[in-house]
Amino acid sequence: MKKPFWEVISTLDKRWIFLSVFIVITLPILFPINLPLKASEPVKKFYENIESLPEGSLVMISDDYDPGSKAELYPMTESVMYHIFKKKLRVVIVSLYASSPPMTERALNVMRTLFPNIKEGVDYVNLGYKDGREATIVEMGRALQKAFPTDFRGNPVGNIPIMKGVENYNSFKALISISVGYPGTKEYVQYAQGRFNINLLTGAAAVSVPEYSAYYNAGQIKGMLTGITGAGEYEDLIGRRALAAKATDALSFGHVFIIFLILIGNVAWFTQRHKGASHE
Amino acid sequence: MKRTVPIAILFISGLFMIVQYLVPHYRVNDAAGVIQQWAIIITAAATVLGVANLIRVSLDQALTKKQDWMYKWVILVALVVTAVSGIFWGVEPGTFCNDMIYFNFYTPMASTMYASLAFFIASAAFRAFRVRSWQAWLLALTAVIVMLGRVPFGRLLWGDFPSLVDWIMNVPNTVAQRAILIGAAMGAVSTGLKMIFGIERSWLGGSE
Amino acid sequence: MNRNVSLLLLLLFSISFAVARDLGLKASSIPNDAGKAIQLNWDSIPNPPETHIHLFVVERAKSADGPWTVVANPEPNAVSITDDGSAGGANALLPEKDYYYRLRVEYALAIRHGDSLFVDTSNRVAISSEVAGPVHSVPSWINTKHLVVIFLIVGFFTAILYLTKQAHAGAKFFVRKIAGLAAIDEAIGRATEMGKPVLFVPGTQGIDNIQTIAGMIILTEVSRRTAEYDVPIIVPLNQSFVVPVAEEAVKSGAINAGRPEAYVPDNIRFLSEEQFAFTAGVSGIMLREKPAANLFLGAFFAESLILSEVGFSTGAIQIAGTSNVHQLPFFVVACDYTLIGEEFFAASSYISGDPGLLGTLKGTDWMKIAAMILIVVGSLLETFGVTSFAKLFEM
Repeated sequence: MKKPFWEVISTLDKRWIFLSVFIVITLPILFPINLPLKASEPVKKFYENIESLPEGSLVMISDDYDPGSKAELYPMTESVMYHIFKKKLRVVIVSLYASSPPMTERALNVMRTLFPNIKEGVDYVNLGYKDGREATIVEMGRALQKAFPTDFRGNPVGNIPIMKGVENYNSFKALISISVGYPGTKEYVQYAQGRFNINLLTGAAAVSVPEYSAYYNAGQIKGMLTGITGAGEYEDLIGRRALAAKATDALSFGHVFIIFLILIGNVAWFTQRHKGASHE
Repeated sequence: MKRTVPIAILFISGLFMIVQYLVPHYRVNDAAGVIQQWAIIITAAATVLGVANLIRVSLDQALTKKQDWMYKWVILVALVVTAVSGIFWGVEPGTFCNDMIYFNFYTPMASTMYASLAFFIASAAFRAFRVRSWQAWLLALTAVIVMLGRVPFGRLLWGDFPSLVDWIMNVPNTVAQRAILIGAAMGAVSTGLKMIFGIERSWLGGSE
Repeated sequence: MNRNVSLLLLLLFSISFAVARDLGLKASSIPNDAGKAIQLNWDSIPNPPETHIHLFVVERAKSADGPWTVVANPEPNAVSITDDGSAGGANALLPEKDYYYRLRVEYALAIRHGDSLFVDTSNRVAISSEVAGPVHSVPSWINTKHLVVIFLIVGFFTAILYLTKQAHAGAKFFVRKIAGLAAIDEAIGRATEMGKPVLFVPGTQGIDNIQTIAGMIILTEVSRRTAEYDVPIIVPLNQSFVVPVAEEAVKSGAINAGRPEAYVPDNIRFLSEEQFAFTAGVSGIMLREKPAANLFLGAFFAESLILSEVGFSTGAIQIAGTSNVHQLPFFVVACDYTLIGEEFFAASSYISGDPGLLGTLKGTDWMKIAAMILIVVGSLLETFGVTSFAKLFEM
């Protein structure tokens, strides 16, 4: 006997849901729609903070994510670096995740093609990864060159021109933490921002945004890229729509589809519950 | 003795770190800096313990052909190849470890696992989001508003959607987050104090 | 303006500057610090028309006659800096040693032509301010800003000690039923009936994380109960450092149950320190070994939903607990019971039923009430413009 439609829906094999999600998310990536993007307040503050820095200012990026989160956070790394080099700022990049430095190198490779005049060791340096989590964060506030005695390629930091005179967080006009979890932005807020009064900006995974909002509202974080949507809005502001802007279209469709699933799931449940009640 | 020494070490070091928070004097600060260096070294050294455990368990299961023994050989071969190629040929861009293992194996696999979240979220939302009570209704409505407001679609539907979402994130969400954070922080402080002062001793192991 | 007239004005200015009152340079020790920094304040640097501040540096020396070392290059409109030995490549500031400071400014001639400013750096006039000093950084023994926190910790501990003593003396404390904790026995019972193992995941962070420690405390108690019922317990681990602690926790649970043979070393499995490699490994264990009960008690991140959904698909009863608020929604959706925030930390006291530990639970409750009172009082005072109370808690 053929099952009623709502009974089919209420007992739907989850593999049909997986297939539908796959189609809904893939199509906008293959056929971009370019939905209009308008920057939210935290993203605007992030952009304006970097935009206001004078030429030659030294900033730090802490790339703290693994390849699993690459899809959401790597576009932020690229965009932030693009903005930094466009403004002719200088950048020191560190990482508290062992798997981040190669992704940082990949982003720097992209920047080298977009800005052929930038020089390693003069305009930027990748100091690589240091184990120790909070201890490393605190150590950077005491003596950064002790925390990172060599760069990613093994060169002593004392010989690197951009590191001349860099002792601790006070040497940087901004610290940009691009983080997926622990250790990351929260640890920088707890162990560094208050102690050293850092101008802290963050590129956060969407799932961390509710938690970091409390720090943003308290003024401890001065600007925030809110997940891949925030990254897309930031790309729009800096004038380079790239990976994140494309992903935002897919995200839009994904959100709408999940709302649709919740609706039909509840309609199916109500219908079955009513049916069950009327049979009693 | 077996239990007294660890409790004493924990008491002294825990108390010192509390004192260090109150006493900014450079002598205390420098000592705390040294202890933090030790923490970094010990954390790095502990990696050896984990690898030893992995090899011990996997090798035993692989050699005695226990359930799924062939996958244990995959683990062991992958461990050796990655370690040897990284140690002897380096991990910089252009090396086998970086280009092949990291970017062609590890990155796609890790990204795939993270991407599976999207599918699990959809199936969990479909299965578990049942509006059985008025609180569930409120939760569902808030979820729909935030999901729409966070993407460009929301702004197309209604220009002030993002402002409404910002209010939800900045006011009720922040209130709830802070309440849970404060409670959890107190629980954490309580657990820490119990351990430092020896009230909680089950972590020591051994018989009671 | 004619170039020669401008040069003359610049010269006159420099002479007047040299004999005029200095820039008000003041150097002082910073309170509540380690004794390795000195605060410098001065009046605004004058910037007369037709001149450009070509160089502005702050210099330090060990004697009033020098030699001078540049410690900072502030912006021309700056009026203060903190010298902690980090700026300008200078050596670190030594505590309790006398230092002298001065400002040095170099003016160059500047000619405005329309919107553009042309600076003639070949004609420069250097000026030094009066020397400030001797000044030495005084290290503080007490950080008065943190006193409030210390009082709160002392108060917290006093409450815990008092209530623990009360509990040992026989006082009975009411503790509300926490469904997730009461369900642990139900979960172990289910595993016994089905003849399947219990899976215990103590989070994905190191032993330095308080949630992992709380997880280990619960693991000891859970392993005691599984040993009593002869149910295997599998503990997959994400961090190397946790391996010996987990081994000891499970072993001691088995010993406490009087069944040391129940401890199986191969069931304590370090999988990987990489988040998703670990997640894949645990998912594999759940799908192959089909545990009857999954306990996710510790610090979790993005893997929480994957683990709980895979666990759900195997039909296991699932109990989760974490104080990572961003993962709570995923656990609530996919698990049968979820311990939120402090419920998770209360678990060790709750499960063991030890009077002393229940006393500490009560102490935490008292501190929460104190926090609520402080929040309400502080909010009301701030609303009515009284800010001194909130300032007490500023770090």
